[in-house]
Amino acid sequence: MIEIKGLTKRFGNKPVVEDVSIKIQPGAITSFIGPNGAGKSTLLSMVSRLLDADTGEVLLDKNDVKKWKSDEFAKRVSILKQANFLNVRLTIRELVSFGRYPYSKGRLTTEDEQFVDQAIAYMNLTDMQDKFLDELSGGQKQRAFIAMVIAQDTEYILLDEPLNNLDMKHSVQIMKILRKLVDDLGKTVVIVLHDINFASVYSDNIVALKNGRVVKDGPTNEIINSEALREIYDMNIPVQEQNGCRICVYFNSHS
Amino acid sequence: MRNSTKLIILTVIALICILLYGFYDIKGGFDYAFPRRMMRVGAMVITGFAIAYSTVVFQTITHNRILTPSVMGIDSMFEVVQTLIFFFAGSVSIWVVNQYLNFAVSIVAMILFALILYRFLFRADKHPIYLLLLIGMILGTFLGSLVSFLQVLIDPVEYLSLQSRLFASFTNIKVELLYISIGILLLAFAYGYRIMGQLDVMSLGRENAINLGINYDRLVLNVLILSSVLIATSTALVGPITFFGLIVANLSYQFLVTYKHSILILGAGLISVIALVGGQFIVEHIFEMNTTLSVIINFVGGIYFIYLLLKESRAAG
Amino acid sequence: MRLWMLIIAAVILSFISLFIGAIDIKPSDLLNWDSREMQIFLISRVPRLIAIILAGVGMSIAGLIMQSLSRNKFVSPTTAGTLDAAKLGILISMLFFTNVTYTQQVIFSFAFALIGTLLFMQILDRIKFKDVIFVPLIGIMYGNILSSITTFFAYEADLLQNISSWLMGSFTLVIAGRYELLYLSIPAVILAYLYANKFTVAGMGEDFAKNLGLSYKFVLNIGLILVAIIATTVVLTVGVIPFLGLIVPNIVSLYMGDNLRKTIPHTAVLGIVFLLICDIIGRVIIYPYEIPVNVTVAVIGSVIFLIMLIRGRAYAK
Repeated sequence: MIEIKGLTKRFGNKPVVEDVSIKIQPGAITSFIGPNGAGKSTLLSMVSRLLDADTGEVLLDKNDVKKWKSDEFAKRVSILKQANFLNVRLTIRELVSFGRYPYSKGRLTTEDEQFVDQAIAYMNLTDMQDKFLDELSGGQKQRAFIAMVIAQDTEYILLDEPLNNLDMKHSVQIMKILRKLVDDLGKTVVIVLHDINFASVYSDNIVALKNGRVVKDGPTNEIINSEALREIYDMNIPVQEQNGCRICVYFNSHS
Repeated sequence: MRNSTKLIILTVIALICILLYGFYDIKGGFDYAFPRRMMRVGAMVITGFAIAYSTVVFQTITHNRILTPSVMGIDSMFEVVQTLIFFFAGSVSIWVVNQYLNFAVSIVAMILFALILYRFLFRADKHPIYLLLLIGMILGTFLGSLVSFLQVLIDPVEYLSLQSRLFASFTNIKVELLYISIGILLLAFAYGYRIMGQLDVMSLGRENAINLGINYDRLVLNVLILSSVLIATSTALVGPITFFGLIVANLSYQFLVTYKHSILILGAGLISVIALVGGQFIVEHIFEMNTTLSVIINFVGGIYFIYLLLKESRAAG
Repeated sequence: MRLWMLIIAAVILSFISLFIGAIDIKPSDLLNWDSREMQIFLISRVPRLIAIILAGVGMSIAGLIMQSLSRNKFVSPTTAGTLDAAKLGILISMLFFTNVTYTQQVIFSFAFALIGTLLFMQILDRIKFKDVIFVPLIGIMYGNILSSITTFFAYEADLLQNISSWLMGSFTLVIAGRYELLYLSIPAVILAYLYANKFTVAGMGEDFAKNLGLSYKFVLNIGLILVAIIATTVVLTVGVIPFLGLIVPNIVSLYMGDNLRKTIPHTAVLGIVFLLICDIIGRVIIYPYEIPVNVTVAVIGSVIFLIMLIRGRAYAK
């Protein structure tokens, strides 16, 4: 169980995340949404210990994230940020194998190899697993990094805007895989999303941030409605139901 | 070709260079000349590996293949110490004549400089590493300009003997210093060996490395200090050879296409030995040049750096 | 800060500068045209003041041009290899001609400064990673490499102490007949002022400049030629003065922003004030001897630069 208590972060004098307290529901997809500069990515970075908070704490199983041993934490929580520029030339398989580092420290056992195989297969990369990353398209690369995180086999998977720069087909593909990870394998996924409709269609819970503070926090169906959205985005957003999915039609709205 | 084959080839070439250097044209004075030559070979092997190791790991933690550890400002600290000694004590003082003392003072000063700079300033999330390096470099310039002023005031004879000290040389090395250096380096390498796997993960970048359970900030700090110790030792032993590491590390990346540090470092080390021992052989026996090898290395290294920069810019353009 | 305040400061400091020196000169001595004091005044003190003013203006403006063209606050003749390239040029001219004339030195030094800076700007233009801190780091390394090439040739030709002493950066040797080359920087500065708006636009990038109907290449080349002229005249008459072109424009930009037309006059006058202060400090601190101005500039300059680096990160972005 991940619990965030009174988390605050300032860059200079400007508060980016202010007094955020939430609980992440296990075995579900939780989406962080909100306008630009709301503090979504900063919050996720602090949860995953990439960034130190100024005040407040993040608890994993009632223990402060900062007190966890770094490699033990890596077996429980994984994080994938958006910019993944590599200086080294790696094949997909080599990259995914790094996901086993917290367990094997670089010497892969047969069990590790199995995890790697599964993760690659899960992301439909088996045919091209020996290709170098710099030969891949943006979508394939993104899938390779997600495969690494899957091979890491953590209970919690945190993703920072994984759909950035992906086309519609690949975005849907990745969201479906995340859904499967939760439904089939019981993982907990926390994801920063820019597109509110992906959040609406695929997530169980939504945390909406604005100016560094939580404005809404709850199950998806309580948040995807015009009143709540107005509070978050300062826009009139009609919501329409389509095949059981709630779609926000914000394209021609006026504030 | 497999990487293990490539490494074997490199080892063989390195051995040939060493044998050539050891036995070529040795006539008569075997008992005298051979041990002296082997001593130089020892110094070259040690410096070669120290520089190869420190450059490769330094480039991994800075995520950049055109930087050398020399941007940490450690070499300028060496110049500062030597110039101060010559200026205040003179070339015949115990600080110069007693090589242990000189060695100890230089090495302590260089490591202290690195420790103070990195131990107290370092916070990866607060001060990004390039900023730290630039600070180190500016401090180096600052000290260097103080020193260049003193150098003008030193009398020309003393200046010459100072200059010869500031240029790297493999020809005049005390055996005891060699043993001390080996000791320091073995300790450094023992730690270096343990973090080899972590370094592989480091090449994925800060965020991915932390995700995979690396204690990133501490490892970066440790590697900076480890690099400093290695550079300080090799500098105190033979003098500064600034751009050498740049050449061998990049040749190693090109020759052994891999991310594994164990292979990259071994390769870079062997290439260093070939370049140093082979280079020294050519300088001494083929060209009979009076220039020191290090001046040539800095010259070639400089050209190579500009080539790397251009290649980098072409790749992007 | 107002321009007139800076100008008053410059005038007062100029006055002080005229009356400091090993030989005591009182203003009353100047009433007699034939006095020894008057002679010294005209041969040594006045040329020195003029040299300081021209070098101060020139280096600051050169820095400003480079910063606006590269859109990087930390690019300057010190951090882009310009000064080192000019030095290399002088050395090459000395090796190339047995009895080198002043004109030949000027031409070589100018050509090298121009090519050296152009090369760096080209690299900068295409390099992937344009971090505000990373660029000067690479630039300083580039400069070090150019100077290690200089060292290589100087060492071979036994000119080492020679070049390091006369490139110190000092106004001590400036007397009538030895500084007039600096007047060449006056038209360069005037041209810089006339081109100010175009530099600002060119700094926005090639596409942006083209969109506004500006010949980007032409403006860029004009800028670099001006920088090379200024750097050459200063290096040849006074020597290397580090940091000046880095710090002065940055201080002005802190309180005035980046509109070149507005900032050029301030930058010029502040350059004079800064250099005069450094020179006066160097002259009084071990009176009647002198500390070369490049040492005082480097000491004060590197400290200011370090403060800017550590505190001013938010601003530099």
